[in-house]
Amino acid sequence: MPRKGADIVIEALKEEGVEIIFGHPGGAIMEVYDALYRDGGIRHILARHEQGAGHMAEGYAKATGKVGVAMSTSGPGATNLVTAIADAYMDSVPVVFITGQVPTHLIGNDAFQEVDIVGITRPITKHNFLVKRIEDLPLILRQAFYIARTGRPGPVLVDIPKDITQKLSDVSIPSLEEVKESLPGYRPHLEGNLQQIRRAVRLIMEAKRPVLYVGGGAVQAEAQKELVELAELMKIPVTTTNMGKGAFPELHPLSLHMLGMHGTYYANMAVYNCDLLIAVGARFDDRVTGKVEEFAPQAKIIHIDIDPASISKNIVVDVPIVGDVKIVLRKLLEEIKREGAKLFFPEERQKWLEQIEAWKKKHPLTYKNSNIVIKPQYVIEQIYEATKGEAIIATGVGQHQMWSAMFYKYSFPRQFINSGGLGTMGFGFPAGIGAKLGRPDKEVFVIDGDGSFMMTMQELITAVQYRVPVKVAIINNGYLGMVRQWQELFYERRYSEVDLSVQPDFVKLAEACGAVGFRAEKPSEVREIIEEALRVQDKPVIMDFHVDREENVLPMVPAGKSYRDMILEDGKKAVEAETMYLVG
Amino acid sequence: MSDTIGSSQLDAVKAPLFREVKKGEVRKHIITLTVRNELGVLARIATLIAGKGYNIEGLSVGETHEKGISRMTLEVIGDDVVIDQVVKQLRKLIDTIKVKDLTDTPHVERELALIKVHTATPRARDEVLRLVEIFRCRVVDVSPETYTIEITGTEDKVNAFIELVKPFGIKEMARTGKIAMKRESTPQEEE
Repeated sequence: MPRKGADIVIEALKEEGVEIIFGHPGGAIMEVYDALYRDGGIRHILARHEQGAGHMAEGYAKATGKVGVAMSTSGPGATNLVTAIADAYMDSVPVVFITGQVPTHLIGNDAFQEVDIVGITRPITKHNFLVKRIEDLPLILRQAFYIARTGRPGPVLVDIPKDITQKLSDVSIPSLEEVKESLPGYRPHLEGNLQQIRRAVRLIMEAKRPVLYVGGGAVQAEAQKELVELAELMKIPVTTTNMGKGAFPELHPLSLHMLGMHGTYYANMAVYNCDLLIAVGARFDDRVTGKVEEFAPQAKIIHIDIDPASISKNIVVDVPIVGDVKIVLRKLLEEIKREGAKLFFPEERQKWLEQIEAWKKKHPLTYKNSNIVIKPQYVIEQIYEATKGEAIIATGVGQHQMWSAMFYKYSFPRQFINSGGLGTMGFGFPAGIGAKLGRPDKEVFVIDGDGSFMMTMQELITAVQYRVPVKVAIINNGYLGMVRQWQELFYERRYSEVDLSVQPDFVKLAEACGAVGFRAEKPSEVREIIEEALRVQDKPVIMDFHVDREENVLPMVPAGKSYRDMILEDGKKAVEAETMYLVG
Repeated sequence: MSDTIGSSQLDAVKAPLFREVKKGEVRKHIITLTVRNELGVLARIATLIAGKGYNIEGLSVGETHEKGISRMTLEVIGDDVVIDQVVKQLRKLIDTIKVKDLTDTPHVERELALIKVHTATPRARDEVLRLVEIFRCRVVDVSPETYTIEITGTEDKVNAFIELVKPFGIKEMARTGKIAMKRESTPQEEE
């Protein structure tokens, strides 16, 4: 039956199971909004800025594992999405971005609200499309979803000119088989090469000091069960990246928590001294490796990743295994069991675990608490206790993000939602709204910085409008805290343009928007307002925690340095001698 | 379709058992791609390589015998590790069907040049014609002042010819990028 292009858009989205769209209308996308109104079958969340819509779609996708959808008009609407698109690209988040475009006959004419968004987003999308013929519209939309969610997931943009949304066509929605056939060059490899898996098994059994290094790919693949089984069976300690949090339960005795720049002492010591590093869905980001030459210098490296281009990109590996993390781990476990799950050096392995215990005891994650001033770490610990470790945590970018990574313990995948790769300030609040809409059954806390929050705080009104009961904890130190910390440590305290002490009254702001606002200035008030916030169920809550202004995130490995240069929680450097465990 | 992303990537990622960063020599690599002839595919490939900070030395594109499928030949300078990464990234593009680095594989390569040479004197006309004869190229346009010569061959051959006609004065020149194809036969004498 002939129907408008705009109706085909809605039809294709429904075919993909889309329940919710985050967006902002405008001239070039108006037909689709009209079709959305007439259809009534898909919920739409009107963000107050397209960037907010983009991050909401990301938060939704990260929390649910489904494909998020964000929609905007052409020109400025589309460029406002760009930050979210780049963010989704860096963190491999499956989001389909739909943008309106000026009518086909005006493309290239510098028409009103025209921008070459396909050109702009070419390097930051997994793929993107400009729809030139209405006959292609349903196939392109289905291709977009297929590409976004399969293989290494990522953002896909579909740019639809206004006249295409207005034209009539009776073209039908293609089947998934047709979609696959239409993409002859796109065949994600899932299985993993058996010969390489066997080489990996051999190395795992022979290793004396192995470490599992687990990243976001393990979260995407939902491979927690397999990881726990592998770690327990072969007695391997596990460290996760920022993106990998929750892929391995952090309360597990084999957990080393996070590694890298703000990793734990014991995770970094373990990686520095291991003789086998098993990278699982992690990409050797520079925030993890520090100085590449001194990263796991004695180790052989196994790398399991769905993206062949991630392998041997930053660090050349010994055993590459291309495939879906969950499938590969299953096969690996099968092979290990077939070999009788033996360890070649059980005593050495035992000694390794004891050494790690000793490191954990010597330098646990800690901070100096106070009765007078609120410590940011204390706030996060109290949120952890009040939510019994069950909440989904979304964060902005900065010190509060790292404290949230350190002092909340994550037990399940998709529990920690933050901007890992791009480091987008302002990500947390809209992402938390998206996460809560996707997982209404979960308590969602946004732990934000005052700087980060102010970048997207207009979405407060969005959360009020749709009665999204996210709890926003602002770790308010009146600074761009992480920049200030770097200036303190590396620029002799020249605090250039980081003072944010002139700021809105966040409690009044909350009230002005119809949300609930609380403030804590003393440690004794912290738990109280968290408990109060938890009782609010039909609107967002802002908690403004005035914390110690010059608290630092420690431990820390300075950028580009070796783990041996780690600054510990007491401000001292890790002792070099101690890091040299059993060389040769 | 034995060389789609799915099956060829494993060969591409085979690394030695012992980890050593191969600091391969920096040299010109010849990469061929089969791509879907979609809107913006050329821009996508150029953007990818430029985005990694590498210069494209040569690029030629044309349709193949299959409808909607084009073939590209790319020349990029870099060391082996870098080029390996470029090849993997090119394979990731949705529109690419096959990507091959032909540098170390026996292959045939050709490029085409049109060279307009000053030949105002009879002596010059004789000399240039002789060179055309020796190099087995063709004069495709003649004016009282110039010959326009078409030459195809390897980069070396084209370069050698250009060097020889340079003294006469080159008025205008156009050169295609290289096109290349893997040899099916055992390596044999060029031409």
